[in-house]
Amino acid sequence: MRVGVVTFPGSLDDRDAARAVRLAGGEAVSLWHGDADLRGVDAVVLPGGFSYGDYLRCGAIARFAPVMGELVEAAHRGLPVLGVCNGFQILCESHLLPGALIRNDHRKFVCRDQRLRVDSTSTVWTSEFAPGEEITIVLKNGEGGYVADERTLDELEGEGRVVVRYLDGNPNGSHRDIAGVTNARGNVVGLMPHPEHCVEPLTSPSTDGLRFFTSVLARVAATP
Amino acid sequence: MIIRDPGCAPFGASSPVDRLATPRPPVRLDRLERPVARVVVDVMLKPEILDPQGKAVLGAMGRLGFSGVEAVRQGKRFEIEVDGDVTPEVFSELERAAGTLLANPVIEDYAIHVE
Repeated sequence: MRVGVVTFPGSLDDRDAARAVRLAGGEAVSLWHGDADLRGVDAVVLPGGFSYGDYLRCGAIARFAPVMGELVEAAHRGLPVLGVCNGFQILCESHLLPGALIRNDHRKFVCRDQRLRVDSTSTVWTSEFAPGEEITIVLKNGEGGYVADERTLDELEGEGRVVVRYLDGNPNGSHRDIAGVTNARGNVVGLMPHPEHCVEPLTSPSTDGLRFFTSVLARVAATP
Repeated sequence: MIIRDPGCAPFGASSPVDRLATPRPPVRLDRLERPVARVVVDVMLKPEILDPQGKAVLGAMGRLGFSGVEAVRQGKRFEIEVDGDVTPEVFSELERAAGTLLANPVIEDYAIHVE
């Protein structure tokens, strides 16, 4: 099972994402933003960081990187894609996911262990969680406020496409406490908290993040 | 560039604050020594989208004693210099750039004009 991790100029968490893939039992494949080539991977992670220095808008320039053309097409065909933090912002800018991420309403960078509730387990990245399960995943962002118009928010909730929600207080002003969403097909997931940092007890408050990666590996293994 | 009498300028003639106070002519000339055409794109967050940066500026205005200010919203201005005349084709191409790259239509509005 080969999971690609894209490195953009300014990506920070690509190494941790690759490590999480390996700990989950997969093979991590490095993908370069400048290559329009997904190297035949079975899934892709867009990691956190500050691609292109967050110039213009977070993720706005990364969206047009050569690797993204093929990625967007493959995602429309069903390739599993996970966007974490900056990766989530890139997925929204690419219109693979609805809505946008704006500056935190309190204007401060937030960095904490975040309680979350898993609201959708029908995505390829969350199938190993129990519906409604409460987990802890670290959160670190300056522009993590999820916004979308009311109709889109109603649609996301009506179709069960809110993947994770913040518990114990909204850390960044996200509409309806939304921490992560998925597309209609359930193969593209974006979230602000960082599952790839929560895979080993030595360095994280939980190992809840590991199941995002074991979920997709199980799904890929089950796909003929 | 218009150079004003340094004695009149509160921050010195070369400060960014002073330069912004005077209308800026195009700085570049094309091969025929005509001023290079400039297309301007202004981008603002949609009215319903929270603007934390504008709120921070509003707070600073109050602390500094600028009274009577009720709201501040912060946007972006892009000055695009083009090679040659701004034909309808060039303009519509830049309008496409504004709607795809310079602004995110999910959260922002834009306006485009030639200066």
